[in-house]
Amino acid sequence: MDILLAIAIMALGAVVLGAALGYASIKFKVEGDPLVEKIEAILPQTQCGQCSYPGCKPYAEAIAKGEADINLCPPGGMEGVQRLADLLGREVKPLEAEEKPKQVAIIDEQTCIGCTLCIQACPVDAIVGAAKQMHTIIAPLCTGCELCLPPCPVECILMAPVSETIDNWKWKYPVVEIKPAALRDAA
Amino acid sequence: MLASLFRFKGGVKPPTHKAESTGRPIAPAPLPSRLVVPLHQSIGGTPKPVVAAGDRVLKGQLIGEADGWISAAVHAPTSGTVREIAMHVQPHPSGLDALCVVIEPDGKDEWIERQPVDYRLLPPEEVRERLQQAGVVGLGGAVFPTHGKLNPSKTVPMEELVINGAECEPFITCDDLLMRERAEEVVRGIAIFRDLLQPNKVLIGIEDNKPEAAAAMRAAVDALGEPFFVIQVPTLYPAGGAKQLIRVLTGKEVPAAKRSTDLGVQCFNVATAYTAWRAIAHGEPVVSRLVTVTGNVHEPRNYEVLIGTPMDELLKLATPHPDTDGIIMGGPMMGFLVPDIHVPVVKATNCLIAHNDRLFPPKAPEMPCIRCGSCAEACPHELQPFEMYWFARAKNFGKTQEYAIFDCIECGCCSYVCPSRIPLVQYFRFAKSEIWAREREKNAADGAKDRFEFKQFREDREKAEKAEKLAKAAAAQAAKKAAEAAAAAAAGDAAPATEAPVAVGAAEDPKKAAVAAAMARAKAQREAAQPKNMDAVTHEQEREMAAIDARREAAGIADAPPAAAEKKAD
Repeated sequence: MDILLAIAIMALGAVVLGAALGYASIKFKVEGDPLVEKIEAILPQTQCGQCSYPGCKPYAEAIAKGEADINLCPPGGMEGVQRLADLLGREVKPLEAEEKPKQVAIIDEQTCIGCTLCIQACPVDAIVGAAKQMHTIIAPLCTGCELCLPPCPVECILMAPVSETIDNWKWKYPVVEIKPAALRDAA
Repeated sequence: MLASLFRFKGGVKPPTHKAESTGRPIAPAPLPSRLVVPLHQSIGGTPKPVVAAGDRVLKGQLIGEADGWISAAVHAPTSGTVREIAMHVQPHPSGLDALCVVIEPDGKDEWIERQPVDYRLLPPEEVRERLQQAGVVGLGGAVFPTHGKLNPSKTVPMEELVINGAECEPFITCDDLLMRERAEEVVRGIAIFRDLLQPNKVLIGIEDNKPEAAAAMRAAVDALGEPFFVIQVPTLYPAGGAKQLIRVLTGKEVPAAKRSTDLGVQCFNVATAYTAWRAIAHGEPVVSRLVTVTGNVHEPRNYEVLIGTPMDELLKLATPHPDTDGIIMGGPMMGFLVPDIHVPVVKATNCLIAHNDRLFPPKAPEMPCIRCGSCAEACPHELQPFEMYWFARAKNFGKTQEYAIFDCIECGCCSYVCPSRIPLVQYFRFAKSEIWAREREKNAADGAKDRFEFKQFREDREKAEKAEKLAKAAAAQAAKKAAEAAAAAAAGDAAPATEAPVAVGAAEDPKKAAVAAAMARAKAQREAAQPKNMDAVTHEQEREMAAIDARREAAGIADAPPAAAEKKAD
C-alpha cells in the first residue's frame, strides 16, 4: 500500500512539473538562437566572406551549430578567436589565414570608368557613384573586405592601411624598459 | 565671506617650485621667425582652413572656421604671409602630425579692424556666438569651447559660478601672474559669464600660496563693485581640478557620469574669463596666451606668447641651461615631454618646463604592486587605483569600467605616492584609449551590419518586384493568346461582312464575341483612318499618286494602301 502511495505521489509530481515545464516552454519561448547573436556580436561585421560563409551571420550560425571552426575570420584577428573561445568554451586555435592590419579601399578616380560593378559588390554600401560617373569610397564606412577588388575591370581600386591620426591614436601599454646593466670595471 | 570650506579626500603636496617664475613681471615674447598654428586646438570639430598658401593675413584674421557648435575658430596670431597649410608635428604625446597654417610674420603686427561691443546690449545668443568666433576656449588645460558652457540649463537653476584660480600644479604660475597684473579684466570677464548664466553667487577660488593674486582680485572686485567672493583654498594638489574645487567651495560632490551643471554649478578658469573680456570688449580673438617658462633655465618667467610660436624659440628667451634635454608641456604631474622641441605653443599650453635629469630624475624600475593602498588614499576621486591597475594590466577592460576608470582625471597622485613606482596613470590612459577604440570599432561594426542587412533586404525586394513584373507580363501574354485564339475561332464561323460578327458571336460565347467585335471595330477604324498629309494635295499630286498606284498594281503589289485606294476611287 505504501509503495502504491509513493508511486502515486511521484507520478502526480511528474505530471504537475511536466505540465509546468510544458507551459513554460510555450509561454517563454525564445525566438531565434541567442547564441548566434552573441557570436555575431564578436564577429567584425565586414561581411567579407573570407570564412567561406556568405556573411557574418551565416558564419555565426555555422559556429553555433558546430559546423565551423572559430579560427576562420581573419579580420577578427587572434583577439576575435580568443573571445569566441571564451564564449564557447572551445580551444583557442591559431588563425587559418594571415592577420592583416585594418585597411580601407581607395578608388583611383582618374582610372574609374563608372561601371558600378564595385557598388554592386560592396556588402556595406560604402561606395557611391552612378553609371558612367566617377565612384568613390566613403572611407569611414569601408570595412576593408576587399570584395570590390575582383569585379573592377580596370583595376582602379587599391587597399591602403588605415593610418594613425591624433584622433584614433591609442596610449601604449606601459612597457618596462630593459637596459643592459652597467658593467663594473674589473677590480 | 567666512563660510566654512569643505575638503576633498586624498590629494598630495608635491614641492610647488612656483617662486622661481613669479619674481618677474609678464613679458611679451618677441615675434618668432615663423608661426605654426594648428587648426585643431580645442575639444570638438576640426576647424576648416579659410586661407590659402600665399595669402596675406592680418593679426586676428580668421584662418580656421569653427566646424559645428562644439568647435572654436582659429585666428592668425600676427600679420604676415601664409606659407603653407600642411601637416606638422603636434604638441601631443603621440608625436603625430595634424593640419597647421604656417605664417611668416612681416614684423608689423598689424591688427584687423577690431569691433569692441558692449555685451549688455546684445542678446545672450550673440554673445555666445561672438565668443565662438573669437576662439575662446577653456585655458585651464581642457580647451573645451567656452560658449558651449554658457547655456543656462532650463531645468536646474544655476546656483554657483566657480572661477578657478587655484592653479594647483607645481611650476605653473601663469594664472597667478594674470590675476596679479590683470585682475580688473579678469573680473570684468567673470561678469560676462555671470550675466549669461545668472548664478546666485560667484565664487573665485585661489590657492592660499598665492596671496598677492588673491589680494589683487579682491581689490579689483571691490573697485568694480561686484558681489563676487574671493576665497583662498588650502594648497593641496589637485585643488584646481574642476570637481575638486567645486567640492571645496560648495561642498557639492559631482557624481559619476553627471556634470556639475546638473547640480547647478559651472566652472571656468580665470584665464578664460580674461580672454572672454578681451574678445567681447576689445574685439580681440584668442591669438596669444600666458605661458610659464621655467625648470632648468636661468630666468624663469611668464611670457605673453603668440599661439603657434615654436617651443624651442620660446624656451631660448629664458636661456635654458646647456644640459636641458627636453621640454615638458604642462606641469610635472599631468604634463608630457613634447615629441619634438619645435612643436608650436597652442591654446592648451600653460607651461613649458626645461627638462633635465637633475630636476626630474629618471624613475627607478617598476616593482610589483604590494597592495599597500597608498594610491587609494591619495586618489582625489575616491577611486581604487590598485584595483584598476590590476585589471588594466591584465587588459580586463570591463572590470576597469566597473571600478569607474572614466572618473579618473589622470591627476597623477597615485603614481606620485606609489612606493613601487608603478606608472599607474599610464595604465589607466592605456585602458581608457583601448576602451574608446573598442567602442568605435563596435559602432562601426554595428553600422556595417545594419547597412549589410539593409542591402540584403533591398536586393530581396528588387528580386521580388522583378518576379512580380515577370509574372504579370506572362499573365498578360497568356490572356492575349487566349483572346486571339477566340477571335480566330469567331472569325472562322462568322460571315465575311464586318457588321455581322456581333450576331454570330452571340450564338457561341458572349465574351469571345465581344472581344472579336472590338477587334473588328478596331480594324474598321484603322481602315477608315486617313493619313494626315492627304488634306492639302494638289490635283497634280493626286494624278501622280494615281499613276504610282497603277504602276504598283501592274507590278503585282496587291497590298495598296487603303487610303490611296479610296482616293483613287474618288
